[in-house]
Amino acid sequence: MAESGVLPTAPTSASPSTPRAAGPLAEPRKRRNWVPYALLLPGMLWLVVFFVLPMITLGSQSLQEGNVDDGYVFTGNVGIYVDAFQQYWPQMVRSLLYAGSATVLALLLGYPLAYFIAQKAGRWKNVVLVLVVAPFFTSFLIRTLAWRTILSDDWFITQWARKLHITDLLQAVGLTSNDSLLFSQFAVIMGLTYNFLPFMILPLYTSLERLDPRLLEAAGDLYASPWQTFRKVTWPLSLPGVVAGTLLTFIPAAGDFINARLLGNTQTTMLGSVIDAQFLRVLDYPLAAALSFIMLLTIVTMVTIYVRKAGTEELL
Amino acid sequence: MDTSKGDLSLVALTKSYGSFTAVQPLDLTIEAGSFFALLGPSGCGKTTTLRMIAGLDAPTSGRIRIGEKDITDTKAYQRNVNTVFQSYALFPHMTVIDNVMFGLKRRGDKDAKRKAQETLELVQLAQVGDKRPTQLSGGMQQRVALARALVNRPDVLLLDEPLGALDLKLRRQMQIELKRIQQEVGLTFIHVTHDQEEAMTMADRIAVMNAGRLEQLGDPATLYEMPRSTFVANFLGQSNLLRAQVLGGPSDDGVVRVRSHDTELEVSREHLPDGVTDVWLGVRPEKLRLGEAGGPNRLRGIVRDVSFTGVATQYIVEMPWRQELTVVQQNDGTARATLGETVTVSWAAAHGFALDASQDAEAGAELVDEHG
Repeated sequence: MAESGVLPTAPTSASPSTPRAAGPLAEPRKRRNWVPYALLLPGMLWLVVFFVLPMITLGSQSLQEGNVDDGYVFTGNVGIYVDAFQQYWPQMVRSLLYAGSATVLALLLGYPLAYFIAQKAGRWKNVVLVLVVAPFFTSFLIRTLAWRTILSDDWFITQWARKLHITDLLQAVGLTSNDSLLFSQFAVIMGLTYNFLPFMILPLYTSLERLDPRLLEAAGDLYASPWQTFRKVTWPLSLPGVVAGTLLTFIPAAGDFINARLLGNTQTTMLGSVIDAQFLRVLDYPLAAALSFIMLLTIVTMVTIYVRKAGTEELL
Repeated sequence: MDTSKGDLSLVALTKSYGSFTAVQPLDLTIEAGSFFALLGPSGCGKTTTLRMIAGLDAPTSGRIRIGEKDITDTKAYQRNVNTVFQSYALFPHMTVIDNVMFGLKRRGDKDAKRKAQETLELVQLAQVGDKRPTQLSGGMQQRVALARALVNRPDVLLLDEPLGALDLKLRRQMQIELKRIQQEVGLTFIHVTHDQEEAMTMADRIAVMNAGRLEQLGDPATLYEMPRSTFVANFLGQSNLLRAQVLGGPSDDGVVRVRSHDTELEVSREHLPDGVTDVWLGVRPEKLRLGEAGGPNRLRGIVRDVSFTGVATQYIVEMPWRQELTVVQQNDGTARATLGETVTVSWAAAHGFALDASQDAEAGAELVDEHG
């Protein structure tokens, strides 16, 4: 039935080119497509209720004065930010340093592994990927506690590290304060690296998986040594993965307080621990809120500069 | 100028993957400055050969030499050989000019920018240096890939089916263009292709490969006029192959008499391999004439199909023994035939060629259609 009408309909399809439709005012009626907005709605609602509103509450809380018993009153006390910064800048610097070190370590460990999985693993690809994610099957807390065993004084790692004078070396550079590995800056950085490593590997894997091996052949064909091929082709093409991976590692690591508490000592407190303590034990809500905001702004600023510098928007 | 210094020689070059031999021991010398084609159906070993020359695959045995220099054990990046890849493999994160400069920069050439610009002009892409490869059309990307290899002035430039992704019209245009550029720069080009027409259009010499072996080597005209195997006869153009027996030594006029299906035919002495008595007598469709004007070899049959193609008309003529011969006749006003008519088909002794009948008459024929 429908086939019989095919030919006669052809002339009407030419109508857009006729003068009638040419005028700027004769624009066809705009049909608004609501589907994209409808799809956005649940996510937006979620963000408003669980992110935007709490942020506003937190912001206003940081500008309140008072105590838990008498209640808090909004006074617009901006000075608390100065106090908070003056009092806790060492913890802040530490947070950024530890998170930064963990990010660099995770990148050094994760990049070769992601490259291997993406380009060389062949049929083992999925198995290795599952292994990368496998630690997530246990809780964050238990995984971190396991490091207490791993780095404990009477286990072989510390024993060997002592024999090989690695403990001396770590002590000399200030990462540990005695000949133990546990409860030190070293242990905290190890814990952070371990816990956030999969967040580094997965985005790296995604971008390295898309890397066309023929491009590497082409680079070799054009006189690039393996190292030059890496520097000029592999690395730049994997930058989106590097940026995503470092952000996904650095941001949660900078706000973490579990690793510092379970694997560190009183000298390794990170800002996350301070915020945790101020909120839940000292009950100084304005100070805790102000510290949270300082942390937030610092990280947003750093990330913005980083992404700008990495120039990832130019890539593909 | 001693051009033999840059000749590329392959000596018993072999590649095996386990028990499968992709390239049988191959001996080949490719003269410096020539346009050479490696022609064959997919899986014949031509790309493997190319990758071994490029250094992308290591040969199982054999040697590769450029002039006096043995490059077999060098890595791809140490060889003065560049490749135009089938997929182009342009670096997507670099501009066109950076792509073209890539090889020069790796060698620390101070003049890279100027040379790259000049080469882009040579391939008629002077204006697009600042664009990204992804912003260009397929044909333009192809030229960038060519410029990127060409700019290094390699001893040997390898082209791996470089025109495969282009449409027919652009392909024809690029064939002529490639030939022009090769003559202009005078480098050795080795072109790998499955397209016999492309190989014949461009190359000075062609090596026809089949199932990992070198089938025949020669200039396009020789390969076409005097194929030495049924594979070459069928893969390069079309052939009518008639089963025939040799009837004794040559006569005074340099022709040999053969008998095919109770008809006596003749073929030039130099078109008959030595020492064979059972042969396939081959003749190209355009060498056959309707009527008796073609020569002393005559067969009668019934026209079963007529297709008009513009410059020529193709006839299918059925012989009494049911074999169908293809005849292509220029539309130049000479004899025509209609469907169902009984006609005489004739040709000259010099236009036939005889091949050892122990070969499969269909070898290579089916592979032609596959690629159109």
